[in-house]
Amino acid sequence: MSSTDFVLAIEDLTVSFDGFKAVDALNMYIDNNELRVVIGPNGAGKTTVLDLICGKTKSTSGSIKFKNKELTKLPEHEIVRAGVGRKFQTPSIYENLTVYQNLEVSYPVGRSVWGSLTFKRTPEVIEQVHKIAAEVLLTEQLQMEAALLSHGQKQWLEIGMLLMQDPELLMLDEPVAGMSAKERDQTADLLNRICKNRSVLVIEHDMEFVKKIAHKVTVLHQGKILAEGPMEKVQADEKVIEVYLGH
Amino acid sequence: MKVLSEKLFGGKQGAIGLAILSLLLFVVFPLWLDLFRLGLIGKYVTYAFVAISLVLLWGNGGILSLGQGMFFGLGGYCMAMFLKLEASDPISTKIQTTPGIPDFMDWNQLTALPWFWEPFKSLTLTILLVLIVPTLLAFIIGFAMFKRRVGGVYFAIITQAIALILSILIVGQQGYTGGVNGITDLKTMLGWDIRTDSAKYILYFANAGLLIACMLLARYILTSKFGMLLLAMRDKEERVRFSGYDVSNFKIFIFCIAAMISAIGGAMFTLQIGFMSPSFVGIVPSIEMVIFAAVGGRMSLIGAVYGTLLVNFGKTMFSETYPELWLFLMGGLFIAVVMFFPDGLAGVYEKYATKFNLTGKLSKLMIKFNKSASVTDELVGEKP
Ligand SMILES: Nc1ncnc2c1ncn2[C@@H]1O[C@H](COP(=O)(O)OP(=O)(O)OP(=O)(O)O)[C@@H](O)[C@H]1O
Ligand SMILES: [Mg+2]
Repeated sequence: MSSTDFVLAIEDLTVSFDGFKAVDALNMYIDNNELRVVIGPNGAGKTTVLDLICGKTKSTSGSIKFKNKELTKLPEHEIVRAGVGRKFQTPSIYENLTVYQNLEVSYPVGRSVWGSLTFKRTPEVIEQVHKIAAEVLLTEQLQMEAALLSHGQKQWLEIGMLLMQDPELLMLDEPVAGMSAKERDQTADLLNRICKNRSVLVIEHDMEFVKKIAHKVTVLHQGKILAEGPMEKVQADEKVIEVYLGH
Repeated sequence: MKVLSEKLFGGKQGAIGLAILSLLLFVVFPLWLDLFRLGLIGKYVTYAFVAISLVLLWGNGGILSLGQGMFFGLGGYCMAMFLKLEASDPISTKIQTTPGIPDFMDWNQLTALPWFWEPFKSLTLTILLVLIVPTLLAFIIGFAMFKRRVGGVYFAIITQAIALILSILIVGQQGYTGGVNGITDLKTMLGWDIRTDSAKYILYFANAGLLIACMLLARYILTSKFGMLLLAMRDKEERVRFSGYDVSNFKIFIFCIAAMISAIGGAMFTLQIGFMSPSFVGIVPSIEMVIFAAVGGRMSLIGAVYGTLLVNFGKTMFSETYPELWLFLMGGLFIAVVMFFPDGLAGVYEKYATKFNLTGKLSKLMIKFNKSASVTDELVGEKP
C-alpha cells in the first residue's frame, strides 16, 4: 500500500536501540478527524512512537506517511511545518516568558531568521492568541509568567502553543498527568472540541479519561500492537486485561 | 515610528538608561577627565562591545562563547594591517632590505608582501574585512557546531580551543603577523595622524557612538520575535525545534552578529591604542570579557557596559599597586557574582530601583537635564 486516504499511515515501523526493539514492525492508521488513544504499560514504546513520527528519533526501518508524505527522512522543523504538532510528556513551555509570549512565539509566521526579525504583532496575531488562550482556559493568565502556572495549566498552555500552529495532526503525550479531576474533565471537553477539524493522537494511562475521548484505542505492548478497536472491545480483550488493565 | 522607537530603545525605561549612559560617555567623561584617563575609558569601551555581544549570545541565547577574544582580535588585526601598511611606505622604510613592507616582515627575511595583506592597502576593503572576516569565521564555527547540535559546555570549550589555536598561530607566524609583539608603530589613517590629541578625541567619540549604535542594533534584535525565540531556545530548545523552527540557523545568526559587534570593538581598539597583539586573541581576554558581562549583568546591555567600565577601573587601580592580587580578585569577583548576583549589577539595580522607585526619581532628574542638555533630547528622540 503506498497511497492512502489516511492522515497518518505507519507501516512496518521498527526502531532498535542497540538491538532492543522499542517499536517492532508497527502498523497503525489514523483517519481524518479521528481521536485515537494509545495505551499500554510503562515502557511499551508509546512515547517512542511519537518520537519517531515527529522526527526526534530516527527509525531503523519502515515508513511513516502523513497525508502521503514520507516523514522518516525529514528534519524535525519540516515535519512540524507539514502539519504535525507534538506535546511532550513533561510540560515543555518557556517558563521565563509570559503566557501571551509563549503563545505568540508559537505563531507560525516569522519562522525564519529574517522573518522573526521583521515579524510584526498584527491584529490577527493578537486575535489568534486571545482565541487560543480562551480555548485553553488561560485568558486571565495571559500576562502571567508561565513558570507561575499550575501543573495542569502548563499542560494546557503547551496544548495552546500547538493549537497556535493549527496542526492537522496533534499528538499529546499524557496530557492529563498531574491534573485534578475537574481539570481532567475540562481537558476531555477541550480535546473533544479540538478534534472537530483535525486528527488527534493521545497517549494516556487514565482509563476514565480515555473513555471520555477515544474514538478508537490502540494497545501497545513491547513495541507491538496487542489490540485495537473501540474502547469496549479493547477492555474486554483477555490479552489486554492480562498485560495492562489487570493490575 | 512609535513601534520602531520602542524596539530600538526598549521603551521609556530603556531610553532613559541609554540616555544616561550617553550623557556619561559623551559629556561627563570628556569634560571631567584628562585626555590620558579619557583614553583609558575609550579602551574600556572597546571591550564593552564584546560584553554586549555576550549579552546577546550568552545572556539571552544561552550560548556561552569563551572565544569572543578571537573576533575582537581579528577585527583589531584587520585594522592594524591597514594602518601598518600605511606606516610602511617605501620612504619611511628605506633602510630595510625590502623597503615598502612592514618592518617585522623584513626582519623575518620576507621579500614581498604576502597575498593576504594586499586587500589591506584599501581603507574601504579594510572596513569591509573588519566586518566580514570575523563574521565568516563565526559562521563556519557556528555552522559546524550548531548543525551538529553541539552546545553548552562543549561549545564553550571548542570556542576556547579555537581562540587558543588562533593566538598560537599568530604568535608562530611572526613574519606574517608580527608574532608575539603584534602589529605596532601605527601612525596614520589616510594621512591623518591618529596619535594627536585632536585625533584621540575624535576617535573616542566615534568609538562611543559606535557602541551606542551597536546597542541599538542589539536592542532591536532582542525586542523582536527573534529575541523572544532566543529566550525560548535558552529555556527549552526542543520545544522551539518542535514548533517548526530550525534552531541551528538562529544560533548561527546570533553568533555571527556577536562576532561582528566584537570585531568593531577590536578595530576601534587598534585605532585608539595604536597597536594590536595576540594577547587580545587568546583564552585570558576571552574569559575576562565574560566576567565583564557577568558582573554588569548578562541579561542587560546597559549593565554589561557599566560592568566592563567598573571592572576595568578596578583592574587599572589595583594592578598598578598589587599586580599579583588582581587575578585572584577578579576570579573571586566572578565567583561571587555568579553565586550571589546571577543578574549582576543590573539585577541589583533593578531590585533596588523598584524598591525605592529610583527610576521615577531618575526620570524626573532626566527631564531637568533635558532642559539644559540638548544631547539627551536627540537621543531620547522626544521632548519632555
Ligand atoms: N533513546 C533511547 N535509547 C535507548 N532506549 C530507549 C530510548 N528511548 C526509549 N528507550 C526504551 O524504549 C522503551 C520504550 O520507552 P517509551 O518511553 O516509548 O515507553 P512509554 O510507553 O512511553 O512508557 P511510559 O508509559 O512510562 O511513558 C523503554 O524500555 C525505554 O527504556
Ligand atoms: Mg512515555
